[in-house]
Amino acid sequence: MSEQAINPGPTGAVSDRSILKANLRRAERRRKFRAYGLIAPLFLFLLAFFLIPIGSVLYFSISNPEVVTMLPRVTAALRDWDAQSIPDEATFAALAEDLKRGYADTTLPKVSLRLNYEVSGFRSLLMRTGRKAKRMRAPFKEAIIARDKRWSELIYWRTLKANDSRFTLHYLLQALDLDLQWDGSIERAAPEQQIYLSNLRRTLWIALVVTLACIMLGYPVAYMIATAPPRLAKILILLVLLPFWTSLLVRTAAWVIVLQKSGIVNDALIGLGLVDEPLALIFNRTGVYISMVHILLPFMILPLYSVMKGIPGDHVRAAASLGATPRSAFLGVYFPQTVPGLAAGCLLVYVIALGFYITPMLIGGGSDQMLAYLIAEFATNTANWGLAGALAMLLLICIAVLYPLYQRFAGAGGMKLG
Amino acid sequence: MIFRKYVAAAAVTLGVVALAGTAIARDFTIASWGGGYQDSQRKNFFKPFGDSKGIKVLEDTYLGGWAQFKAMQETGNRPWDVVQIETSELIRGCEEGLFVKLDWSRIGPKDNYIGPAVTECGLGVATVSQLVGYNPKNTKAEPTSIADFFDLKKIPGKRGVRSDPKGTLEFALMADGVDVKDVYKVMSTKAGLDRAFAKLDSIKSNIQWWEAGAQAPEWLISGDVVMSTAYNGRISKANKDGHGLKMIWQNNILYVDKWVIFKGSKHVDTAYEYLQFFSDPKREAAFTNDYTYGQPVKAALKYIKPDVAAALPAGANIADALDTGRQDSVEFWLDNSDEIFERWTAWKAK
Repeated sequence: MSEQAINPGPTGAVSDRSILKANLRRAERRRKFRAYGLIAPLFLFLLAFFLIPIGSVLYFSISNPEVVTMLPRVTAALRDWDAQSIPDEATFAALAEDLKRGYADTTLPKVSLRLNYEVSGFRSLLMRTGRKAKRMRAPFKEAIIARDKRWSELIYWRTLKANDSRFTLHYLLQALDLDLQWDGSIERAAPEQQIYLSNLRRTLWIALVVTLACIMLGYPVAYMIATAPPRLAKILILLVLLPFWTSLLVRTAAWVIVLQKSGIVNDALIGLGLVDEPLALIFNRTGVYISMVHILLPFMILPLYSVMKGIPGDHVRAAASLGATPRSAFLGVYFPQTVPGLAAGCLLVYVIALGFYITPMLIGGGSDQMLAYLIAEFATNTANWGLAGALAMLLLICIAVLYPLYQRFAGAGGMKLG
Repeated sequence: MIFRKYVAAAAVTLGVVALAGTAIARDFTIASWGGGYQDSQRKNFFKPFGDSKGIKVLEDTYLGGWAQFKAMQETGNRPWDVVQIETSELIRGCEEGLFVKLDWSRIGPKDNYIGPAVTECGLGVATVSQLVGYNPKNTKAEPTSIADFFDLKKIPGKRGVRSDPKGTLEFALMADGVDVKDVYKVMSTKAGLDRAFAKLDSIKSNIQWWEAGAQAPEWLISGDVVMSTAYNGRISKANKDGHGLKMIWQNNILYVDKWVIFKGSKHVDTAYEYLQFFSDPKREAAFTNDYTYGQPVKAALKYIKPDVAAALPAGANIADALDTGRQDSVEFWLDNSDEIFERWTAWKAK
């Protein structure tokens, strides 16, 4: 188009045509701007509530500003240290100066907590020494070691040296049960400290079981609603939606009442003489599965229902008239048409299940807690945002891996998330 | 005071919203722990204080953790002027310069208060004990000590335990015969920590973990557990409602929450006036008669009803208690909580 405009033909109508084209282009451009203008709020929304938070989570998981900015002199002094023997007097003097300043401007507690993540006790070592740093005089090496003899151990100095960078892989590796050593090598965390990978496996497993159970229960229900007479279908849909509108916490609490030792289920079973002792339905995995499936079932039923509603009954009848058994008519004709709805339902249930934590926390036992529990613990309670960010990244990657899988199954008829 | 951790996330969101709104001048704001507890504080302290000064007192809810304080440090905003906090946050905020170092001449003589209520940055709000509670209807024998809590032969059945290594490991060591004053000395060694976990291992299959303070009395009443660690105020509340639960005071674990004033608050003077107002013995006694937590002002005890006083973390009830505000307790947990949290989580899931 632009080429034609630049090279006008020999006829007299050319100038008119090029004016028309220019006008058209302008109109086109205006329309484009208007279109961009219309999606601008959405774009800004995504930026503010999606990209920036995810970006900052990623940033927190690798950011390591504390040691470099709050103990600048000693980290600089350690740059040429061989890491094999106790540092020299100049390094101790730099440490004393950093501690004195850090204590005065109250940054020392922050960097102490940061270093304590790597070596337990580093916090008290820095604070103890910091409190007295103002009154220390040369030779600093003797004065500091006299204050706390842990300063004659290499591990503390090596950890300081290892944090001589604004970025670290410490948190991401910790989230994978790995331990970043002072010399940059990576080792497995001590057995009693390995909690993150097993927790992730458990989280993925619980979400999988819940999704499968939702398929088993949700598929027939969706089918029944889709094929029921309209009046009955409305009532059934309402029954699905009613719990959906109730808060998650309320539904979880309701399950406690239903499943507990002297709860409705156990009282009924004992009353009917079916069991002698109350069954353990709560504070274990069984209870977690029951309540999570109940909470997530509408997310499976609704997409399935919307797809099934659009499948004409003729298809299955036609298959039957051509001699298909009910089984092969279902598997060959009906089921393939429901796959997009099934894929959407599975994705919704699985992804939401991955992020559960209130329900397992209140209904599960010690070995039923999910990854979100740990993220919440680090994010809100101890404010270890580095580790919380690293764990959140881990969960996000698991979800990102699922999405292409979903697109494959959902195909063109499925729901697109991006 | 550790009430409902699972609402903490919501509270952070609220905090962010609150931060966004602080650009304009706001009235004097106090944050406490919500629920019936804060209702009672409002009735006995916040409202009368506002009335006496002719000012409006705003309120907010804080449910523990450091996240909100971190947000305040990073943005410089001060959505609250006074907040009730636990010991670990008190120490951290005091060291990091988030809280005002208190000028006691503007509050009251230090001698008026019980020892753990007076600290560099915080004035004690209430004393709370974590202790063993049981329902005599469900126990075959009468438990009398923390050791009985770990004795499955004497008292078989499920036990409710707070899902937190803090306090729980201390209980385990005390039950194993460690003297209350040596708990942290023992726990600082690898062998001592192993000993605490081993003691917990002996009842692990019978432990039911609780997260929210309300769960413990609920389970005792419903019979889900035969005994449980619990906060004394929760047990007293259940007994007020007619349930005959009992408490074992031997080796209970004492918590003293603190009021702190934020450095950079525009209402520091009002905050001091509030702390002075709060320290009135009669007013404190009225609160305690309403809600069974102990008071920091010594003189309050004589205005408290005798039946209430008998169930308070005060006097003889806390003679052999473990005070979590103790220097060695504070230091131990600040140094070791990250590592122990991981070990604890791994152990629990095993």
